[in-house]
Amino acid sequence: MTAPEQHGHTAEHAAHAAQSAFPPFDPTYFASQLFWLAITFAVLYLLLSKWVLPRIGSAIEERRDRIADDLDAAASMKSQADEAVRNYEQALAEARTKAHGLAAEAKAQVDAKITEETAEVDAKLDAQASDAEARIQEAKDKALAEVDAIAAETAIAISAQLTQLDVAEADAQKAVAKAKQGA
Amino acid sequence: MIEAAGQPVEGLDVADATNPIKQFEIHPVFNFDLNGIDLSFTNSSYFMVLSAVLVTGLLWMAMGRAALVPGRAQSVAEMLYEFVAGMIRSTTGNEGLRFFPLVFTLFTFILMGNMLGMFPYFPAPGFHGFTFTSHIIVTFALAMIVILTVMGFGIYKHGLKFFSFLFPAGVPWPLYVLLTPIELISFISRPITLGVRLFANMLAGHILLKVFAGFVVMLGAAGGGLAIAGILPFAMAVALTSLEFLVAFLQAYVFAVLTCIYLNDALHPGH
Repeated sequence: MTAPEQHGHTAEHAAHAAQSAFPPFDPTYFASQLFWLAITFAVLYLLLSKWVLPRIGSAIEERRDRIADDLDAAASMKSQADEAVRNYEQALAEARTKAHGLAAEAKAQVDAKITEETAEVDAKLDAQASDAEARIQEAKDKALAEVDAIAAETAIAISAQLTQLDVAEADAQKAVAKAKQGA
Repeated sequence: MIEAAGQPVEGLDVADATNPIKQFEIHPVFNFDLNGIDLSFTNSSYFMVLSAVLVTGLLWMAMGRAALVPGRAQSVAEMLYEFVAGMIRSTTGNEGLRFFPLVFTLFTFILMGNMLGMFPYFPAPGFHGFTFTSHIIVTFALAMIVILTVMGFGIYKHGLKFFSFLFPAGVPWPLYVLLTPIELISFISRPITLGVRLFANMLAGHILLKVFAGFVVMLGAAGGGLAIAGILPFAMAVALTSLEFLVAFLQAYVFAVLTCIYLNDALHPGH
């Protein structure tokens, strides 16, 4: 224990002996308490108001700003995403209509080509067919004309064999024509 | 104290241990005289300085990194900040926030003083705890800080209109004969009630604690069956200790809330 402390205690004991007051109402140290209260309170007030509280306040403020900023950023990003989705859907719809158009156009082109080629081939085939028919008709006619001559010759030959008659060629031809009419 | 020479140490110990008033005694640590006025640094001063140091130091350490995502200590510091700010906002509105440092200082200083007083023994001069808020001169001075701030700001801001609270509106004037003295008395009694409430709560609580703790010592000293019966006051002292923690917080809170309410009168006079 230091000397001033001991001195203080003896002084305090003397005061108590003199007054024997209830300590909270003992005015001996009223001045001292007020003095030290004023100093500590003033210092604490200055330290808190100039130093500690602004620091806490700015930390809270910074966080609040940051959260608000983040929320704003999130909202703007969301609107951007929404816009991107809208653009994508629009592009998709456009592409779809364009594709439909292209497909229809290609189909029409192909159809037209098919029709054209079909018509061409048909015409060619028709021409070949009619040509063939003509040739067949010609051959038929030729053959038929020859049949008459053969029939007449055959008739002459038969009659010569059977009857030894020498039938004139003109007569034979006449008979064949007559037989053909009768038939 | 031990060094009180000439007295038997043992007898002094028992008397000290059971004396509920002893804890309020003020001892000088360093003598300091100014023009004959005793301004000694006492154990009371020690706890005041310690409160201020702890409030500043703990808050500063808690805000050490001032992280965007707060840790535990920073959360507590910010909760305390928001708690006091919310208290002011709810009683006076946003314009009361100009008194935020004052209310915060009052609240934390009183709270720390009350809480330090809950230590029965403490690394302090004389090794015993002390509650500086259990001295009426301290609580009254704190109350006067509030009332002088209210009056000073009220008159500065509203001039003589500040005193319109003495003449409530919408009352027939002959009633002022009755109402004005009542309003005046209620205004003058504010610093007294504000100071006495805190003082009386801390004083009574600590006396009660010491009385029950003293019973434990006395019954223990009696020995035998009585020593076993000492469990009862011991349990009571434990229960009272938790109650006193509540009171320590509550009285700091009440002081701060009443400060806000009185400041509201200065901000918005005439109710």
